Amino acid sequence: MSTAIRQFFKTFLLWELLLGMKLTGRHFFARKITVQYPDETTPISPRFRGLHALRRYPNGEERCIACKLCEAVCPALAITIESEQRDDGTRRTTRYDIDLFKCIFCGFCEEACPVDSIVETHIMHYHFENRGEQIMTKDKLLAIGDKYETQIAAARAVDAPYR
Amino acid sequence: MSDDLVNFEVNGIPLQARKGSMLIAATDAAGIRIPRFCYHEKLSVAANCRMCLVEVERAPKPMPACATPVAEGMKVYTRSPKALAAQKAVMEFLLINHPLDCPVCDQGGECELQDVSMGYGEDLSRYSETKRVVRDKDIGPLIATEMTRCIHCTRCVRFGEEIAGMRELGATGRGERVEIGTFVQRTVVSELSGNVIDLCPVGALTAKPSRFTYRAWELIQHPTVSPHDCVGSNLFLHTYNGQAKRVVPRRNDGVNETWIADRDRFSYAGLQSEDRLTTPMIRERGEWVNTDWETAMTRVIEGLRAQPAAECGALLSPQSSLEEFYLAQQWLRGMGIQSLDHRLRQTDFSDQDQAPLFPYLGSSLEDLEETGGLLLVGGNVRKEQPMLAHRLRKAALKGRPVMAINPRDFGFHFPLTHQRVTDPHGMLTALAGVLQAALAGAGQSVPAALADVLKTVKPDAVDTAMAGVLAQAGARGQVLLGSQAMHHPRFALLRALAGALCDVTGARMGYLPEGGNTAGAWLAGAVPHRGAAGAALQTEGRHVQSLLADGIKACVLLNVEPELDCDNPAQALQALQGAEFVVAMTPFVTETLRRHAHVLLPIATFAETSGTWVNGEGRWQSVPGAATPPGDTRPAWKVLRVLGNMSDLAGFEYLSSEEVRDELKARLAEADVTGFDNRVSLEGRTLAMPPRPAGLQRVSATAMYGVDSLVRRSLPLQQTPEARDRAARLCEAEARGQDLLGVEEVVVRQGKLTARMRLMIDDSVPAGCVWLPGGITETSTLGPAFGPVELHKV
Repeated sequence: MSTAIRQFFKTFLLWELLLGMKLTGRHFFARKITVQYPDETTPISPRFRGLHALRRYPNGEERCIACKLCEAVCPALAITIESEQRDDGTRRTTRYDIDLFKCIFCGFCEEACPVDSIVETHIMHYHFENRGEQIMTKDKLLAIGDKYETQIAAARAVDAPYR
Repeated sequence: MSDDLVNFEVNGIPLQARKGSMLIAATDAAGIRIPRFCYHEKLSVAANCRMCLVEVERAPKPMPACATPVAEGMKVYTRSPKALAAQKAVMEFLLINHPLDCPVCDQGGECELQDVSMGYGEDLSRYSETKRVVRDKDIGPLIATEMTRCIHCTRCVRFGEEIAGMRELGATGRGERVEIGTFVQRTVVSELSGNVIDLCPVGALTAKPSRFTYRAWELIQHPTVSPHDCVGSNLFLHTYNGQAKRVVPRRNDGVNETWIADRDRFSYAGLQSEDRLTTPMIRERGEWVNTDWETAMTRVIEGLRAQPAAECGALLSPQSSLEEFYLAQQWLRGMGIQSLDHRLRQTDFSDQDQAPLFPYLGSSLEDLEETGGLLLVGGNVRKEQPMLAHRLRKAALKGRPVMAINPRDFGFHFPLTHQRVTDPHGMLTALAGVLQAALAGAGQSVPAALADVLKTVKPDAVDTAMAGVLAQAGARGQVLLGSQAMHHPRFALLRALAGALCDVTGARMGYLPEGGNTAGAWLAGAVPHRGAAGAALQTEGRHVQSLLADGIKACVLLNVEPELDCDNPAQALQALQGAEFVVAMTPFVTETLRRHAHVLLPIATFAETSGTWVNGEGRWQSVPGAATPPGDTRPAWKVLRVLGNMSDLAGFEYLSSEEVRDELKARLAEADVTGFDNRVSLEGRTLAMPPRPAGLQRVSATAMYGVDSLVRRSLPLQQTPEARDRAARLCEAEARGQDLLGVEEVVVRQGKLTARMRLMIDDSVPAGCVWLPGGITETSTLGPAFGPVELHKV
């Protein structure tokens, strides 16, 4: 009986509508979470796995020692390395190619690297216009590394305590 | 035999082993793994790494398995807590001073230290103090050193003393300061030095030519056989992307055990030479143009058909495979060309009908170690057949008498019971002297054929002693004719004398021919006077000497560089100059070939073709191709097969090299030839001793790193002290007589031919002789390897 009476009053007092308006009102005054992409971006984890880069030591020497562990661990066989002895007697790559069409951004290369040379940066906005541009050569990778070194180093520093 | 066996237990498994044998040998045989670094099956026991410690019941401390002889009732535990603790502790000590630079180390991935530390070591390092650093030594162009990585197992040191016969590497200092290095600052020169790369359990000694260019896990392993000497060492060629990256030994206790010579190990470096020919080329109005195979082969057949077949000839390299020889002779004989030869450095063919089916070694390689007495005539085994020299060394060290009659004191790495060093004519009289003494000892009369030869010869004490050793050895004796005997201008006489000597003493006769497949060439019929399987021919061809001396109209060269591979370079070049048509099937193109040839066909080297090589003991070794041939290069057997097709000859329908081999095998079975009889018949022959030649005589052997086109292009081998030493050599007395003491450079004159060379005073060369090696550019303008020569001041 009482349910029927409650139902009767709810029908003309717009109770449900007010409940809905309450939720709308709460969101209307709440802090907005919409990000105006691409003018704004969401924060990125220091472990984000974007475009690759090859790093250098502060003295300008490339880190990579051509141990080929990244090539060996790569599940997509995206990495191709050739190496030889450089004139100063050190072991260096003569070719370091990553095929981004093959790469699955698993980050194994980064994990395998004993000298933190190959890393995945936070870069995710890139495109190719011509066939063959998807092959990241050693020069391209080093250039990315040089350009974003501060960012790369900062991300590694944040993650260091967990390693 | 069973009395010598003792019973013992390892990890509860009952085992038996010979009394006195070491525990580790028994466990290895039973498949029980004990970690080790310093122990090596073929080397003496040093027991200095302590990695193989195991628990032995009732022994107070863990015992090293490599130095603990098995005993009756012994109970051994290799995985007990005590043994494991000992192994873990040793591993920790070994890693204290190891740099752990595995990512840049060439041994990484195939490193015994990595494997053992993974299996038996601790997972954490407790060591935080400074590590030891050792300066690297430059020990030559073949071996790279990184001595900080060394764990002092001394395998390399023991290898030098026990196998190579040269104490080149040694340990200096004590305790933590111990260092492995050469005693004085100099390079390692042993012809077997590369084996220390395989022996080194860590990355302290690695291969220099291929340094840092691959990782062990990327390589694909292909079995192959060395074509550089008549031993036919078994090899593994490792390729990366189809390119040969390195060569390592393939174990075969009957041939090369676990070792190989540096020549076999590093010759692959010549594969990527800049001289590599990659497309067929023809000469159009004096200009070389690239072309396709069909055009080039049509040109070959037209060119050969344009000349009378009797005036055509072919020179084949003794490194070629059995299939290449067989198809070459099928094709050439099908075209009517009978004159083909592989004996490029032989000069005396007067008794070629007496030659055996193939130049057999006389015994198996293993049996050489057990020889009762061995006489080597004209052979520098150490440089020419290093792995065979290793067998002779083992024999000599066991006390077996090894003797030599040589045109130079070659400095073998084993003691010779008796040795005679003499000029080429002296080799004849020396061997005649030994025969004379042997005849006298056996109370036999002089064979009629040799009556004239032996008339003037009086055996001296050395001859008598040599004859005595051979007589005592009886059927276990052996007479080996080396390449200086086979290239001797009186080879027929040497062969007759050696044959007679074997008849008197009962010794076996053997040959040490040059090239990896001379035996195969004979079996396949790559000689002008015999067909495949030793068949008699209706028309015999001309041998190489007659071809080059009398001139040819058309010539086929199979992997031959005439100025370096022939006995008489000047004569060979003149013959090619006079030829109307020359076709060169070659992996490498040189200026000489460009000048003389009309068609160049690129063929694969031994590493890139399937084929069979027959070694001196008659062992057929078939291998598949390993590396990818560059460009349009094709295996020579395929080229010859297609040439056969295009010449409209029947029977050239082979699909694989195995079919070619099996056809020859069937023909050999059909001919029912006993190929292992080296006896020389003297019936109906009369031989005469030539007069002693007057004046200075040239003596020669092919330079160790000049034996074939591939070795000559291997940069690391050419950088060794052995290859760079290209001087004329003269003993001091002779130099004084010629007034050449203190002279640095001389002009060598052979008739009208001249060459300028450095002069070295070397008392290993007998008086009256000058040592001028062949197979090198310095002597490629000269004449025959033996004969009169003059030296003049510049």
